[in-house]
Amino acid sequence: MISPNLPALQIIVPLLAAPLCVIIRRDALVYWFTAIVAWVTFAVAALLLHEVNANGVIDYQLGGWAPPWGIEYRIDLVNAYVLLIVSAIGALTISYAKPSVDQEIGEERGYLFYTAYLLCLSGLLGVTITGDAFNIFVFLEISSLSSYTLISLGRDRRALTAAYRYLVFGTIGATFFLIGVGLLYQMTGTLNIADLGERVAVIGPNRTITVAFGFMAVGLAVKAALFPVHAWLPNAYAYAPSVATIFLAATATKVSIYILIRTYFTIFKPDFSFFVMSLGEILMVLAVLAMLVGSAIAIFQTDIKRMLAYSSVAQIGYMVLGVGMASVLGVAGGTLHLFNHALMKGALFMVMGCVMYRIGSVKLDNMQGLASRMPWTMAAFVAGGLSLIGVPLTVGFVSKWYLITAALDQELWWVVALIIASSLMAIIYVWRVVETVYLSPLPAGAPTERQEAPLAMLAPMWVMILANFYFGVDTRLSVGVALDAAKFLVGGGS
Amino acid sequence: MSASDLMLLALVVPAVGACLIALCGKAPNLRETVTLATAVALFAVILNLVPTVAAGGRPELFLTEVLPGLELRFVLEPLGMMFACIASGLWILNSIYSIGYMRAKKEQKQTRFYVCFALAIFAAMGVALSGNMFTLFISYEVLTVTTYPLVTHSETPEARRSGRTYLGLLLGSSIGLQLVAIIATWYLTGTLDFRDGGVFAGKVEGPVIGLLLFLYMYGIGKAALMPLHRWLPAAMVAPTPVSALLHAVAVVKAGVFTVLKVIVYLFGTDFLSKSGYGDWLAYIAGASILLASLIAMTKDNLKARLAYSTISQLSYITLAAALFTPLGAVGGAMHIAMHAMGKITLFFCAGAIYVASGKTQISDMKGIGRIMPVTLIAFFIGSLSVIGLPPMGGSWSKYLIALGALDSDQIIFVAVLMISSLLNIAYLLPIVARGFFSPDSEGATTATIKEAPLFCVIPLSLTATGCVVLFFFAEPIYQFLLPIGGG
Repeated sequence: MISPNLPALQIIVPLLAAPLCVIIRRDALVYWFTAIVAWVTFAVAALLLHEVNANGVIDYQLGGWAPPWGIEYRIDLVNAYVLLIVSAIGALTISYAKPSVDQEIGEERGYLFYTAYLLCLSGLLGVTITGDAFNIFVFLEISSLSSYTLISLGRDRRALTAAYRYLVFGTIGATFFLIGVGLLYQMTGTLNIADLGERVAVIGPNRTITVAFGFMAVGLAVKAALFPVHAWLPNAYAYAPSVATIFLAATATKVSIYILIRTYFTIFKPDFSFFVMSLGEILMVLAVLAMLVGSAIAIFQTDIKRMLAYSSVAQIGYMVLGVGMASVLGVAGGTLHLFNHALMKGALFMVMGCVMYRIGSVKLDNMQGLASRMPWTMAAFVAGGLSLIGVPLTVGFVSKWYLITAALDQELWWVVALIIASSLMAIIYVWRVVETVYLSPLPAGAPTERQEAPLAMLAPMWVMILANFYFGVDTRLSVGVALDAAKFLVGGGS
Repeated sequence: MSASDLMLLALVVPAVGACLIALCGKAPNLRETVTLATAVALFAVILNLVPTVAAGGRPELFLTEVLPGLELRFVLEPLGMMFACIASGLWILNSIYSIGYMRAKKEQKQTRFYVCFALAIFAAMGVALSGNMFTLFISYEVLTVTTYPLVTHSETPEARRSGRTYLGLLLGSSIGLQLVAIIATWYLTGTLDFRDGGVFAGKVEGPVIGLLLFLYMYGIGKAALMPLHRWLPAAMVAPTPVSALLHAVAVVKAGVFTVLKVIVYLFGTDFLSKSGYGDWLAYIAGASILLASLIAMTKDNLKARLAYSTISQLSYITLAAALFTPLGAVGGAMHIAMHAMGKITLFFCAGAIYVASGKTQISDMKGIGRIMPVTLIAFFIGSLSVIGLPPMGGSWSKYLIALGALDSDQIIFVAVLMISSLLNIAYLLPIVARGFFSPDSEGATTATIKEAPLFCVIPLSLTATGCVVLFFFAEPIYQFLLPIGGG
């Protein structure tokens, strides 16, 4: 009974739970309710991945309407994997959330946060699970609207302008995507992704298809914060409540990258995207620019959440770089980094959440000598920072290894050099923080006794940190899935 | 217990030791006891492995496979065995010395110091035992990161600046160059294992060989090949025990050890000498030897002078490897041991002088020998060994390297070695002469004896004795190392 309906449950559970949060409203109760829902969602995703691994692609017809007329949920290895990442981050983040949300948003408004959180989660999962292009747009809007709410709940008044800016950018991105879908519908008469893939290939590259491709590529680039249309991201991440930043940084852009991959490889097919439209060269140049510019700006930030946000701009560059190479190794490297970056940025933003909780600021100047007061938190920053740099035995190393071998495979020496250069810049911006928190004396008048973050925050944070190392050593799951997914995509799978 | 279990123990002992030291942070006596016990236990484990390797055994330890074909694997061979013996053996003496030094100087945050020290030794063991370039690279990076808190121990602005230079050059070169070389090796040959005769033969030819060698040699920043040597003088801001064991023995020797490993087991000396694309390396190393010696002469700070001397001596080993002859490789390997014993003695003495008198500048050390005769005699013995004069151990390795240069018909490098020996005399022996014979700053020619604490004096006397002992027991070491030359 339950097992055949898992794909529907993946979305229904968090989506229905969200309005219930508003009804429950009482602080502690609403938190535990959200936490349970998030973990159930994660369990569903894990079961789905297991199912896909065992029995292959799952087709789920909503309401029993057969595709291409009805809405179809289609789960293959690629999105089962993304579902797992998103729901795992969702569950871990909510486990960490309570002290931070109580403090930053206030207990009386907490239920609003949890409602928006669950809506955002279901939106992101929906985007990932659905096999229908218009449905993607719908879920994209659900996740976007709820993330505007999440960001604007930030304590800093600048959170409002940041949310507004994101709203403008996000709407432009989603609208562009919708225009593209509309044009495709006009040409093919279908919205089902698998069906679209077949029909677009038959029609071939005429002007309408080309324009649709352009609109969708640009729109998704905005949503994924690909340089140079990344401007919404740094402020949104910097001023959002800590928990919202953790969740969005580790999931939202990843999901956009996922649709981007779907669009290039499944709807338009690699031949069209990379040979006819020569998307590969464009993506690689933009990706490399993102890596260099993002890292360079990160070096000069004094607000560490902002610094990590610019680092995200750079890391998105790595993912897009892999996609742009359009080879099995490259796409595998890109998708691997999608997973790995979620782990490292999730962990690092959790560290910043702890710092914010204790000292009420994440400015570098206020963090002087903090390691003596928060030793576990700062040790976590060092560990997460090493992963961000890409030191061996961390996840960061694994994805960079694949990206570099992919670049060598195509003899793109300049790309190899620039990946390395960007890693070296990561050393600089991570080490600035390490040096300040470990080697600077505590500012005069600051309390000197130990003030570690509460265990409820420390434990999930260290789970994330250890995951960075676990998946850096035992790569069977992540590399295995990423390689299979990449073979499937590059082969034009649908 | 099988040899693989022992290898695992060699890694586990220092790691567990570090945890225990951290737990004993509140009780200094217990903490230091644990440090010493760990050091002794590690040395015992390492010694137990020697007979197996001497008998020609190559014990293996496989941990896990990170990516398909990319394994965490440890294989013990003579070169690594020797390096492990030196690092673990000297760690015992250095721990005793640390106790004397750190307590006398009333240093802050001593627990962090001892923990990081144990972790650095753990990393050094990883370097010594590693069975492929991937494992070696990881251990190499762990060594860099764990020694960073030791370099910046004093937390002064100067220490932070030096720490930046240290980390920037070492991490930068290893990620920017060495990692590229490793990935390229993997891409070109499909393996990163160390093999007799190398892995490149038949897979790579032409200028690519030279490029790869360049990436490796400058990627191994710890070998301090000029112009990537700046981190070593910068690291001298650390407490002297750190300079003594890590920046004269473990860290820098890990660098030249890697150089030897890469040249002998990845490229293969035959392959490189036939290809002709590696000839430039010997010239760079030769220039490094002479330039560093010349700079050493200009330094008045004793530790800075010793640091430049180390840079020069490290290039001996790089030069020996770059001769691409079996004899050269063995000579270079032997110099790792000989120089370690001599240089750690010199650093111990420098630290002892600083502890007893607070003096760091050579020009202030007139007449110091009358106050600290034991220390300065040890310094004299250490100097002779570093210069390479009998009856000190250092003479054998220089002799072998010179023979290697003759062997490959490169007389010019024999000349380089001889000139360098003269320069060594010029920058080391005046310190001793002035210490014993010059009147001190007030013109007095007599003084009462006031040595550093016993915890400092005993280790430096032992290492000085070691320099002499190595002269008479060089033959067994030579025989032990012969297999790496393929003879």
